[in-house]
Amino acid sequence: MATKSTNQKAWFFVVPVIILVAFNALIPLMTVVNYSVQETFGNNIFFFEGVKWFEQVLHSERFHASLLRQLSFTGIILAIEIPLGIAIALAMPKKGFWVSVCLVLMALPLLIPWNVVGAMWNIFALPDIGLLGRIINGIGFDYNFTQNPTAAWFTTILMDVWHWTSLVVLLAYAGLSSIPDAYFQAAKIDGAGAWAVFRHIQLPKMKRVLTIAILLRFMDSFMIYTEPFVLTGGGPGNTTTFLSIDLVKIALGQFDLGPAAAMSLIYFLIVLLVCWVFYTLMMKDEAQ
Amino acid sequence: MSLVLKNVVKKVGSETHIYDMSVELEDEGFNILLGTTLSGKTSLIQLMAGLEKPTSGEIWFRGKNVTTVAVQKRNVSMVHQQFINYPSWSVFENIASPLKVAGLTRATIDERVGSIAEMLKLTPMLGRNPNELSGGQQQRTALARALVKDSDLILLDEPLANLDYKLREELRDELPKLFTDRGCMVIYATSEPEEALSLGGHTVALHEGQIVQYGNTSKVYRDPENLRAGKVFSNPPINIVPVSMRGGKIHLNDLVSWPATESQKHLDDGDYKMAVRAHHVTPVQPQGHSVNIQGRVLVTELSGSESVAHFELDNQTWISQSHGMHGNNVGDLARFHINIEHCLFFDPAGNRITA
Repeated sequence: MATKSTNQKAWFFVVPVIILVAFNALIPLMTVVNYSVQETFGNNIFFFEGVKWFEQVLHSERFHASLLRQLSFTGIILAIEIPLGIAIALAMPKKGFWVSVCLVLMALPLLIPWNVVGAMWNIFALPDIGLLGRIINGIGFDYNFTQNPTAAWFTTILMDVWHWTSLVVLLAYAGLSSIPDAYFQAAKIDGAGAWAVFRHIQLPKMKRVLTIAILLRFMDSFMIYTEPFVLTGGGPGNTTTFLSIDLVKIALGQFDLGPAAAMSLIYFLIVLLVCWVFYTLMMKDEAQ
Repeated sequence: MSLVLKNVVKKVGSETHIYDMSVELEDEGFNILLGTTLSGKTSLIQLMAGLEKPTSGEIWFRGKNVTTVAVQKRNVSMVHQQFINYPSWSVFENIASPLKVAGLTRATIDERVGSIAEMLKLTPMLGRNPNELSGGQQQRTALARALVKDSDLILLDEPLANLDYKLREELRDELPKLFTDRGCMVIYATSEPEEALSLGGHTVALHEGQIVQYGNTSKVYRDPENLRAGKVFSNPPINIVPVSMRGGKIHLNDLVSWPATESQKHLDDGDYKMAVRAHHVTPVQPQGHSVNIQGRVLVTELSGSESVAHFELDNQTWISQSHGMHGNNVGDLARFHINIEHCLFFDPAGNRITA
């Protein structure tokens, strides 16, 4: 029987990564954990508080409200972006000159920095000088996203759809192009219609990339901060104060470090849990 | 005559895939389209199925011009090289799909799917999803789907190419049985000469979008009408060397020559191309007339039951194929015997010269 030789020197190769991960993930995370179990006063005075902040956050109506807002926002943008992205991907040309033109056009919104997207839409949607705002008011709707919650939600969702649908399109398009022509020939021979082709060939073949698209869009939209912060600043009132905006208000606005730290850990665990569910689903699919 | 191509041309953009092709295929048994990649097999299959329309020319099937008839109305079925099944349906639903489209009753569908599944040994897998099956079973499912409806024409585009060696041989032996007494015409595209020979029927030898020979499969193999047909229908590649006929003797080079045999006497003096299959060039002297040559061994491949050697003589690469193990060291000079009774002669343009 061959004995497995171990070479302890191998650890040296892992050290750089360990240092990197320690500084950009582990140490900051442990700092947050540290804050979340203590009451912090000035002059570095701390009192241990146990799980008090966690209980407080979980029972606070404010947290429930922003969590609900966050879930609604993520739910709405997923419900729009995923079907819309698939529809656009299906409508895109399969080959020829226009493929690259379409792909570049699709990728453009993804290349714009997030705060610029917020600023762009802020100006674009202003009721008095913005193109969009003027048009909507011109049609006869009373539209002002700085005062009207419905208008604020509408603008935030429209902005996110404009910014991120492209990602779904690119993923879905990649999924579609990987289906061999033979599938469509087989469907044609069977006399299958366009809907049957979509339902029984394209959709099942896109399942994997769509899972990734939903996962990415879930994570990004669930942690959205910059764009609504620049666009609406969380207002009017608290109506577009999503979890991350609320968190920053607690941590930096009110300087309640303990509750803020507890809230970020809860927030983190929610994202982690959903990712784990998706990961498990994907792996189960892969195993088939 | 059942499937007739009349001056069919297929161009895609500036590329020509099929050059002015005319042929009348037999209704009985397999019709094999034999050719290497890019020889036009797949283009031809798609034209015959009706998935593509010819740029010019006509396609007739059983006495009707079907050139412009859409594929759904032609009653054809097809099996692809990739394993094509509907991913979200079970094996049963997959096999049943053409029958459902045809609007048959539940009882008829159950019965027909049941008997086809039995024939293709898929009965235990009927409830499973195609991507849970092995490659061979996936291709059996695709075959069952093609066979379950009473198609007039079944097209198989290299159906065994993506299977591993053992499954390929197993399915290849079963194939002819599956198609007998079905009253359908079978077109089978392949790039492998052995596959064509074992399936029998008739063969269309294709080369770069043109038919180089059509006829009974074993006849096309034994009597290639031109050098291209000989090349398409040989594995390992057929040896082709320049020879000349002078004064009743055939000269391979300055040293090797032989008096023309009975079947070679008709050749006039002049230059020819001689083709001889690799298994007629052997390290062991064969029975009958033979001449021997010496070449420098370049590569040897041993497979246990058979040996293949590539050797060089007068800047010409030769291939020898023989039974048993004949190991030669690379770089050695070795002696090989050409069975001159099995040499085929072609004019310099590549057309066969027969008596």
